[in-house]
Amino acid sequence: MKKFLFAVLAMVVWTTSFASDINDPPVEDGLKVGDVAPDFKLRSTSGIWVSLNNYENAKGYIVVFTCNHCPWAVKYEDRLIELHNTFEPLGYPVIAINPNDPQVQPEDSYTKMIERAKEKDFPFEYLIDDGQQVYPQYGATKTPHVYVLDRTRTVRYIGAIDDNPEDASAVTEPYVAKAIGAIERGQAVDPQTTKAIGCTIKTKKK
Amino acid sequence: MITHSLSKFVGFIVLLMVTNVTFSQRVDVISVPELQSIINTNNDTTYVINFWATWCKPCVEEMPYFEALHDKYEGEKVKVVLISLDFKSQLDKRVVPFVEKRKLKPYVALLDGGNPNDWIDLVDPSWSGAIPATLFVAGDKRKFLEQSFHDLESIETIIQSIN
Repeated sequence: MKKFLFAVLAMVVWTTSFASDINDPPVEDGLKVGDVAPDFKLRSTSGIWVSLNNYENAKGYIVVFTCNHCPWAVKYEDRLIELHNTFEPLGYPVIAINPNDPQVQPEDSYTKMIERAKEKDFPFEYLIDDGQQVYPQYGATKTPHVYVLDRTRTVRYIGAIDDNPEDASAVTEPYVAKAIGAIERGQAVDPQTTKAIGCTIKTKKK
Repeated sequence: MITHSLSKFVGFIVLLMVTNVTFSQRVDVISVPELQSIINTNNDTTYVINFWATWCKPCVEEMPYFEALHDKYEGEKVKVVLISLDFKSQLDKRVVPFVEKRKLKPYVALLDGGNPNDWIDLVDPSWSGAIPATLFVAGDKRKFLEQSFHDLESIETIIQSIN
């Protein structure tokens, strides 16, 4: 009987995993605007463990999936620093998360992250998604990939940081800054989602 | 005056020939409308349009399969188009040297697209913007895949499936 139950259970597990394989567009999973973002507890390059609820009095959060190795992410490092320095005093800190598996992309190891954080003197926490449990919940597909959350952790904006990855001085649409401005004024965020080119999140081949 | 412009013209031709010898493959810089015209080509050729960048490790890893595809179907109705999403400032520093070093034979163009949010959906609405990504176009049929390829056969299977 036990054996039979186990077999049934195994069948169920197999069928469900098969089913999820069939409709497995990772882009469709994860958060949408209006969803409440899950909290997490991840280790920062500063040595501490960081959760969203660590940020007392936060009016919102700029959660950005980013990394060391990706040139598009590197292009945005200075702009992330600026975003944090501008909006953290208003209650909107940048929280950077490296979602990559360091065994696939050694440049994104925790040690290398610490080096980069020191080099660039990141004023924000730079976390490692060790075990890669957090990025799939958010539905991040690439670096950089931003989620702007409000006080209640409701997702208000998903996408690019701005409209010009190559040249910060030529930006005409600072999407993240505009989203925070709208949240501050109690208005609707527009646009709520944008798309950007980025590096795929590095995972072991299945 | 005529002689002068003629000598200039001859000089230009000579320069072109020299350039041709030096650069086995040139890299065009194309705009979004030009990309669209490639995507919307509706004829009996299958276009395999791969979006890549020199710094993108999985893109570089799958490049040999697109080169093999190009070699295997040369002269047939399958055309490989490699669209580089490197920054325009990296054209001479990285893209051209990469193309020359690898002696890439398929057509290579760098997309000078401006705001990616304006054109990602034109390639395919399901594209998140992560690369590598490949669009297959055969007549009015399309297949878009945001993934890496690990062999030539899987690319050929998709070509067959949309033809």
